[in-house]
Amino acid sequence: MNRWVMKRWLAAYAVAFYVFLHVPLLILAVFSFNSSRFTVWEHFSLNWYRAVFNDPQILEGTWNSVVIALWSTTVSTLVGTLCAYGLWKRASRFLTGGLYLSLVTPEIVTGVSLLALFQWAFRWLHWQLGIYTVVLAHIAFLLPYVVIVVSARLRTIGPMLEEAAMDLGANELQAFWRVTLPLLIPGLIAAALLALTVSFDDYVITSMVAGVDSETLPMVIYAMARRGASPVINAISALITVLFGVLIVVSERVRES
Amino acid sequence: MKLRRWFLLPAWVWMSALFLAPLAIVLDYSFLSRGPYGGAAQPWTVESYQRLFDPLYLTILLRSFAMALAATAACLVLAFPAALFIARAPRHKNLYLQLVMLPFWTSFLVRTYAWMFLLRDTGLINTALQAIGIVHHPLPLLYNDGAVLLGLVYGYLPFMVLPIYATLERLDPALVEAAADLGARPFTALMRVIVPLSKAGIVAGSVLVFIPCLGAYLTPDLLGGGRTVLVGNLVQNQFTTARDWPFGSAASIVLMALVFALLWGSLRRDSEPLL
Repeated sequence: MNRWVMKRWLAAYAVAFYVFLHVPLLILAVFSFNSSRFTVWEHFSLNWYRAVFNDPQILEGTWNSVVIALWSTTVSTLVGTLCAYGLWKRASRFLTGGLYLSLVTPEIVTGVSLLALFQWAFRWLHWQLGIYTVVLAHIAFLLPYVVIVVSARLRTIGPMLEEAAMDLGANELQAFWRVTLPLLIPGLIAAALLALTVSFDDYVITSMVAGVDSETLPMVIYAMARRGASPVINAISALITVLFGVLIVVSERVRES
Repeated sequence: MKLRRWFLLPAWVWMSALFLAPLAIVLDYSFLSRGPYGGAAQPWTVESYQRLFDPLYLTILLRSFAMALAATAACLVLAFPAALFIARAPRHKNLYLQLVMLPFWTSFLVRTYAWMFLLRDTGLINTALQAIGIVHHPLPLLYNDGAVLLGLVYGYLPFMVLPIYATLERLDPALVEAAADLGARPFTALMRVIVPLSKAGIVAGSVLVFIPCLGAYLTPDLLGGGRTVLVGNLVQNQFTTARDWPFGSAASIVLMALVFALLWGSLRRDSEPLL
């Protein structure tokens, strides 16, 4: 096999690889526009999209997911940014280790351990599983993502500008607030968008700590998928994919700027 | 420097209240007995851990291990040539990379459902095969180990491509040219120069794929249809339907211990920090 043949093989393989990655999602989207509920193409129709917007369960799940994602993203972005900045000033092996471990903990273990924590706390607090516990759980698993993205941005900024500001008479808080924070904004937005998508998509942890009034969109989809396939799920899937795609493209643009 | 302490305070609260405390409670529960109404109660016992060595549960642990290993191996075989292609592409490297990441950024649930849609009895593959007349009854493609493996590979493939690409990108092309000058055919150069030199990326990618696969819950539940019980499903089941929290906790602790040991063993001092 000479060099040229190998190059051709590699290119052919790459085509197959990208087909494998993308075609399943494309097919899913194409059949969301099929008028038939069976996997045989009839003709173009928007019926399943209409069904999505008329299904009270889907609408309520979406609303819950949006509320949860906004709250948990806001809190985890604030805490995560402060944490990344603090660690950037001086490392803490213990805290960094905790963030790493939290990131690699299997989702189901995070889910059941938070459930155990909440049930334990309910002995004293007169609360029950609901939106609040889901938001807390999401903050718990979103924080490492935020810290990673913001830390990467901080490393590209470097300490020099802040040192210059302090030489010119700024105190620590002023140097943070007026020099580093404005430069951090793109990293912050990227982190928040990532957190938003991760929160909006989570099923495993959410399903463990959700109550009866806090069914999220992934939980609704999951229940529908387990009951059997329906083109309605194809339509929601296509909508979610487009929404996530837009968020990610925006976040990449912001991060690169 | 006082400021730093205040900045880290919320993160310390997070770490103690939402990471360490839940783990401590699970660790505590794993040594307790099953309560009369679920939950956990006194007395202390190691019975839950002993039960994990029962052949029934030991099989589940081993199956999870085998499944994660198979998924990692499949990802490696599929990802390496793709990473090589991207690293050697004369143009558009970033585009190729983003095309790998794009499906990864769409919902995991949606990606898993996409395979349900393709593989089920009335799914596209079976409908097409029947229409052509190759088969007359739908093939049982969904709800088996193969479907779970496929779902895991599809889900975590980007985790393997990125680290391998990163090491291949840094590889000095002069080394490959030297191998060719010394008479190595391209395939020999690949196996004896490129693959050994990208070991760091291969190890990192394998860890990144193996760890989530070992604790996978969603993929085996949806694509395995309850038939493929892995340790993730065992944990979930003990905390919900079976209501045996101590046993579920013991399984969680063992799973965590495996993951941490694996991570510890593979962490390299010269690897780039994420944080």
